[in-house]
Amino acid sequence: MWSYIFRRVLWAIPTILAVITVCYVMLHLTPGGPFDSERQVSPAVLANLQAKYHLDLPLWKQYLYYLKDLLHGDLGASFRYADWSVNALVAQALPVSLSIGGTSMVLALVIGVALGIAAALRQNSTVDYVVMFLGNIGNTLPSFVLGPILVLIFAIWLKHPDGSGYLPAGGWDGSVRYMILPIALLTIINVATIGRIMRAGLIETMSSNFIRTARAKGLPLRTIVLRHAIRPALVPVASVLGPLAISSITAAVVTETVFALPGLGKLIVNAATNRDYTLVLGLVVLVTIIAMLFSLLIDLIYAVLDPRIRY
Amino acid sequence: MFFRRKQLAVAGAISDLPLASVQGRSPWVDAFRRFSHNKAAVFSTVLMLLITLACVFGPLLLPNAFDDTDWGAISMPPTWAGTHWFGTDELGRDILVRTLIGGRISLLVGLLGTLASVAIGIAWGAVAGFLGGKVDSVMMRIVDMMYAVPYLVIAILMMTLFGREFYLVVIVIAIFSWIDTARVVRGQTLTIKSREFVEAAHAIGVPTSRIIFSHIVPNLLGIVAIYTTVTVPGVILTESVLSFLGLGVQEPMTSWGALIGDSVGKMDATPWMLLFPSLFLCLTLASVNYIGDGLRDAFDPKDR
Repeated sequence: MWSYIFRRVLWAIPTILAVITVCYVMLHLTPGGPFDSERQVSPAVLANLQAKYHLDLPLWKQYLYYLKDLLHGDLGASFRYADWSVNALVAQALPVSLSIGGTSMVLALVIGVALGIAAALRQNSTVDYVVMFLGNIGNTLPSFVLGPILVLIFAIWLKHPDGSGYLPAGGWDGSVRYMILPIALLTIINVATIGRIMRAGLIETMSSNFIRTARAKGLPLRTIVLRHAIRPALVPVASVLGPLAISSITAAVVTETVFALPGLGKLIVNAATNRDYTLVLGLVVLVTIIAMLFSLLIDLIYAVLDPRIRY
Repeated sequence: MFFRRKQLAVAGAISDLPLASVQGRSPWVDAFRRFSHNKAAVFSTVLMLLITLACVFGPLLLPNAFDDTDWGAISMPPTWAGTHWFGTDELGRDILVRTLIGGRISLLVGLLGTLASVAIGIAWGAVAGFLGGKVDSVMMRIVDMMYAVPYLVIAILMMTLFGREFYLVVIVIAIFSWIDTARVVRGQTLTIKSREFVEAAHAIGVPTSRIIFSHIVPNLLGIVAIYTTVTVPGVILTESVLSFLGLGVQEPMTSWGALIGDSVGKMDATPWMLLFPSLFLCLTLASVNYIGDGLRDAFDPKDR
């Protein structure tokens, strides 16, 4: 097991390095440096600035400097937000993303698995139709349509008479009230996928031989499902958790734009539109590392769920 | 037991048929018949055709231009009177024409992006699967890497760096959407490669590149056709997300994603700016999905 984890981490390194290298080269191949802005800067100041950010060195040296800083956990300085390091900006945005993304992921897992089980056990019942309907919504109503529609319905048409809309006047303050809609949006989208796959997985498992044996033994349905069927049925769910986690980051970019939340996704979009190169690069690196960690975690979950998998 | 019953059924079927009508049916005719029995798929095909026709020809027939500002009708709600049936935005531009023009961009990106991604996927998968060995494992390793990469974030980075031209949107999307096709094509290539006709081609000295592209690739087309329809909604979605975030084609040109993105801050004043482009986008996504399902069932009936 440990040697497997070790090997997986070793394999993750070239991927992360490749992403960093490609992005880094792309950043530096485009014409224009971070300091040729509208504002005229005297040559001396410019030289100082460039020396400070190692921009006067050849590209490969800059790249090595960047890697060295990265190994020390330093993502560099933001080019647009003066006096802000990328680390500080991330530290500010990460809690928002984690609280919303984490809550909705847990909610989606619990609700999705429960709905999937209910739908699989009672095919063609109301629950089943709800799950199928949700699954279709996931295919046809993308987050950037569903989000604004939720806002339109709940925050504009149905808003409480003394409420002031969906955002506090002073901006995001982390109170639960303003987290309900974004969490609901992310949860609905993930429940759609998880519910559909859990349903299909459990239906397939319930028709397999060992379940028939369990039924023949006279075990109650409850025991059959909870003790025997649920683990193999969860394997396909685990296999979509990786792509789901990555698409949650995608959905988070959209969600945070729709609801104007100051999380990582909003930070990425802002950095991109402001052409804050170091910030974008830092965020790409960070998100890639998070994604790699997730896929490692999911491979380990596989081993727990499916005892046939040996490392 | 089972065998005997089947034999009887076949014998019965043959004796019932008049001799003249016995003729081979090609798998394509079979597939078409199955597809035309799938109501959702047929309905979606018609809907998709209607949407495409509307987007291509609608703007030519309508009185307003997509970038015309009508100062007499700023933020006007949808109405049957006059020409702004879907209402106007805060600059007085007609939402109906803008939705149709946006549809042109979205559908065109969907088409071109899919073609490009399928072309890359076929080439990559066929070469990897045919050559095998070290080349294969390196190429598939790269595919694995692409899977782990949060593509949207890198797409955002690329759109920021290279500008927001139409062809760049297509290229950026194609770069990140070929991996599924490549995997499937590789798997299929592995099975085809051991067939006799490939061995024969080897034996008479056909060069490897010709074996791959004129003997193997044509045999992949069935499965590729299915995967193409599965790729389309993904490509349209990616384009819409990029445009939604303001990183797609530039104003005054627009796409469904951009129109939806525009409407987000103004929903309390002009909700119709959100509803009409969303409706078109969702109908398109739904019908492409149903068409894809229909094609898969039609070509691969053992799944049913």
